This record gives sequence, structure tokens and C-alpha cells, in this order.
Amino acid sequence: MAKRIIPIGPYHPLQEEPEFFTLTVEGEKVVDIDVRIGYNHRGIEKLSEKKTFDQSTFVIERICGICSTSHPFAYTRAVEDIISVEVPERAKYIRTIIAEGERIHSHLLWLGLAGHFLGYNTVFMWSWKIREEILDVMEILSGNRNNYAMFKPGGIRRDIKPEDIPGVIKKINSIVPTLDMLKKAVMDDPVLHARTKGIGILTKEDAIDYCALGPTSRASGIARDVRKDSPYGVYDKIEWDMIIAQNGDVFDKVVVRILEIFESIKIMKYCLLNLPKGEIDLNIKNVPSGEGIGHVEAPRGETFHYVKSDGTNRPVRHKVRAPTFMNLPTFKATVMGETISDATIILAAIDPCYCCTERVAVRNTKGKKLYDGEELVRLSQEKTEKIRRGRAKRCS
Amino acid sequence: MTREEILKGIREKFKEDIFDFLDKSPKRVYIEIKPASLRKIVEYVFRNLGARFNIATGVDARHNIEILYHFTFEEINLLVSLRVKLKRTKPEIDSLANMFEGANWIEREINELLGVNFKGHPDLRRLLLSDDWPEGVYPLRADYKEWDDKAIRDRGV
Repeated sequence: MAKRIIPIGPYHPLQEEPEFFTLTVEGEKVVDIDVRIGYNHRGIEKLSEKKTFDQSTFVIERICGICSTSHPFAYTRAVEDIISVEVPERAKYIRTIIAEGERIHSHLLWLGLAGHFLGYNTVFMWSWKIREEILDVMEILSGNRNNYAMFKPGGIRRDIKPEDIPGVIKKINSIVPTLDMLKKAVMDDPVLHARTKGIGILTKEDAIDYCALGPTSRASGIARDVRKDSPYGVYDKIEWDMIIAQNGDVFDKVVVRILEIFESIKIMKYCLLNLPKGEIDLNIKNVPSGEGIGHVEAPRGETFHYVKSDGTNRPVRHKVRAPTFMNLPTFKATVMGETISDATIILAAIDPCYCCTERVAVRNTKGKKLYDGEELVRLSQEKTEKIRRGRAKRCS
Repeated sequence: MTREEILKGIREKFKEDIFDFLDKSPKRVYIEIKPASLRKIVEYVFRNLGARFNIATGVDARHNIEILYHFTFEEINLLVSLRVKLKRTKPEIDSLANMFEGANWIEREINELLGVNFKGHPDLRRLLLSDDWPEGVYPLRADYKEWDDKAIRDRGV
């Protein structure tokens, strides 16, 4: 059968980063994939070298709109590693609260979009609705729905007011019943099983070889979580479980993320209820020369920052590694041999960053036929519909 | 294996290849090695000891180009960084991409941003820079000069 090339992008996909995928297909089967990134390269590493340590915190907060806390968190830890200081206890608790709130809203956002791609708009509506509650919580705590600007080297910028806490806890509790319902709806649905089980499998060996991170690796049976491996904040003081699944398919990635939301709620509530009193900032004035590394578990995996200082007020080198950088290449292992209608959900399963679905274009090598993003989503949704109808017929 | 056993193992096995051993803190160790012995040390650290490859950092240290390969030992909470120093005039080192896939993209990135040649890399294309970026201009080098006078770029405050 003739090979055809399907370009997806450059204003790809599903998520906020423009990427360009070249899928080579034989009939319906994907036989090769190549990814081109860099359309949104903003030179933040270089920019950060021109800013002071304090200003850099704001620049790198804008690397990602969804996980905007993970970058400042890793960066401030790297700077604190150069100075070798520990931030005050209260600052640690507040940092953990913000980081977990972000994980909850990020996972919910992903779950909604995944539901949408599979033709389950109910899941999309429900999870985005309860995500709003969490964004409200973040607004109460930090003043912003996103880009919280809470972090600075040596502590945090803004304290949590004790009178806000009961209201916040109430809001967090209010999403739990809905979340439970959503969990059952997603995990017990036979049609969803048919669409996601055994699809886009990332084996344990591949996950190690590609150095996959976060939920992507944990769904493949690898116990890899910076919060457990190299505890920071107050993660070592709280009882919580690392969620691991064994199959590495899309379904397991969904399960890992859903169950992680519950763990995050647990951690967030514990921190809010046991918030110690005290200082929130060390007031660091100078950063000595040296190098430091900071890594934290972002919603998508480990965020890694390396900072080198020469004793002036600016970093001489600031290396940023976002988790998707390691997770994206795993497409090579997961999409191969799958059908086009499954490719969309597999590409979405690692949770790269979503937004510009409309720009997905599918055409054959002669360029005669043109599908767009809606068409691909329609293909995916139709397949679900077909399975659903097939089941209904068998049951009746 | 404990922290001491792992570090002692690396130290004894590669006595000839290690220039400098900096035990900075309980969680961070920096080892400077010969560029020529990178592959065998990484083979040992990644395959035999089961460390996870975090990422590599390329730094222009003015006199030479440095690359740090960061590895995490998850069980014992230790981050080991292998440092190689390359000649500034012709930076070259063996590629790790054919050993494990995780090193593929970062080597492409360091190649275009710092101009390091990775020998034996299966696919050393551009990763981040645009197609109209000129050959031989490396933006992360310390002596980088703006090449496009029409470009409006933030030069810092």
C-alpha cells in the first residue's frame, strides 16, 4: 500500500505549544512520525541571563501558562541550592499548597480535553466546571487565577490570610463528590475502555530509554516522582501515595491523573489545616558565585533548572528543561502501528501543552484532499459512536 | 546500593578518566571527566547503576565549552553531574543518542545553540531555531552578536 504523509501543524494541536507532526501512514496505520518544534522558541534562557535573579522569576513564570508555578519553583530551588539555604517552614507549606492547586487544575484541564477528543463532551463540561472552583481557590490564595507570582528566591512574596482558609477548604471539599462521580463515569465506562485500553502503549523499557517523566512514566509502571525521590517543600511530612499503573496505555494515563487529583486534594487540605506560623521570606540580597540545580514535579513530570552564578546580580547561565521535552519524543514509540483516529488521543495522552486544534490539517501527498482539525476530532468521535452503537445492538 | 558505594564504585572504576571530584552537598555531586571517556562512564551510570538521565546543560565558560550531563539516582536522592570541558575552537564529543533515546533532542539543541558537534548522532538536525537562522551563529555563546539588524529583540533592562 502506498505511503502517505499527514502533516499536523505547525499550529498544532491540541495544546498550547505549536508543534509540527509529520505522520507517515499506510492506509489507516501510522508507520512513521517526526516532530518539529521551535515555532514558539522565545529565547527565555538567554533573556534570563540579562535579568537580575529577582526579575528572572517573573520571566520564567511565563514559560507555561498552565503549570506556571513549577518553573519558578524549580528556579528558586536552584538559586537556593547555590546559596545553600533552606526556606522558612511557612514558606514551604505555602509553596506546596500552590504547587498542588496547580496540579489539580492542570489535570482537570487535560481530562476535559481528552474527553472532548474522544467525543465525551459531558466529561469535558464537568471537569472544566470543577476546575473553575480550583481557579477561584487560587485567586483567593494568590490574587491570580494563573501566573501566581508567589515565588521568590528565599521564600514567597505573599502570605495566606488565616481568615481565607475555612472558605478555601469548603470550596475544595465541594468538588470532591463531583470528582468521585466523574472518576466512576470515566473508569467504568465500557466504551471508553474500548477506545483507550491497549492504545498507544509505552512499555516500561521504552519509558526508561526515552527517560519519560511524570504521569507518562508512572502509567508505565515506573515509580518516578520527584516529590517522593527527592522531597522538597513539605511532601516528606505528609502521608500520600504515588499513583502507579502498569499497562502504559492511554487508559492508564487517564487513571493515574484522575487518582492523582485526589492525592493532591489530600496534600493541599493537610497543608492548609496545618499551616505553621512564622516568617515567609529570608530576604536574600546577594547570590554568591557557584552553580545550583533545582528540580520539582510539575503536573506533567519533572521540571529541571540549572543556574550558574558568577557573584553578580545576574545568572551567567540558566538552563530550563520542561517535562514535555522528554515526553514528546515518546510518540515515536507509542503512535507507531496505531490508526489515525487513535493518533489524536495518543498525542494528547502525554499532556503536552493544548490549544489550537483548528489548525490541524490532513492531506494526502498530492495535496488534493484537505481535512482540518475538526475533521480529525470528528473521525475520533465517530469511532467512539460506532463502538457505542455496536455495544447497544449486542445488548439488546 | 548506598550513596558511598555508588560514588566509590565510579571513582575506582574510572580512576584514569576523572579529573575532579566535587562532593558539593548530600544531594549534589559534580564529576569532571575526560571527554573521550564519556560514553563508557555514561554506559556504566545509565545501564549498570540504573540512573535516570535528567538532561544535559551546555555552558559557554569563556575559555572552553562545558557540557554537564545530569543523572539522578532516584532511590538514594542523589544528583550526579558529569562535566566535560571542550575546546572552544572546535567543540566535539561523542553522541549518547544511539545509546538511549532520551539524549537525542538535547544534543540537537546544544548543537544549534552552542555549536557543539556530536559525533555519531543519528539525526543532527535543527530543533528550536527557525529555518532562516544563519549557519555558524550560536545564540548561547558569550560572544554572540545580533546578526539581524531588523530584528527587535529584548536586550534586557
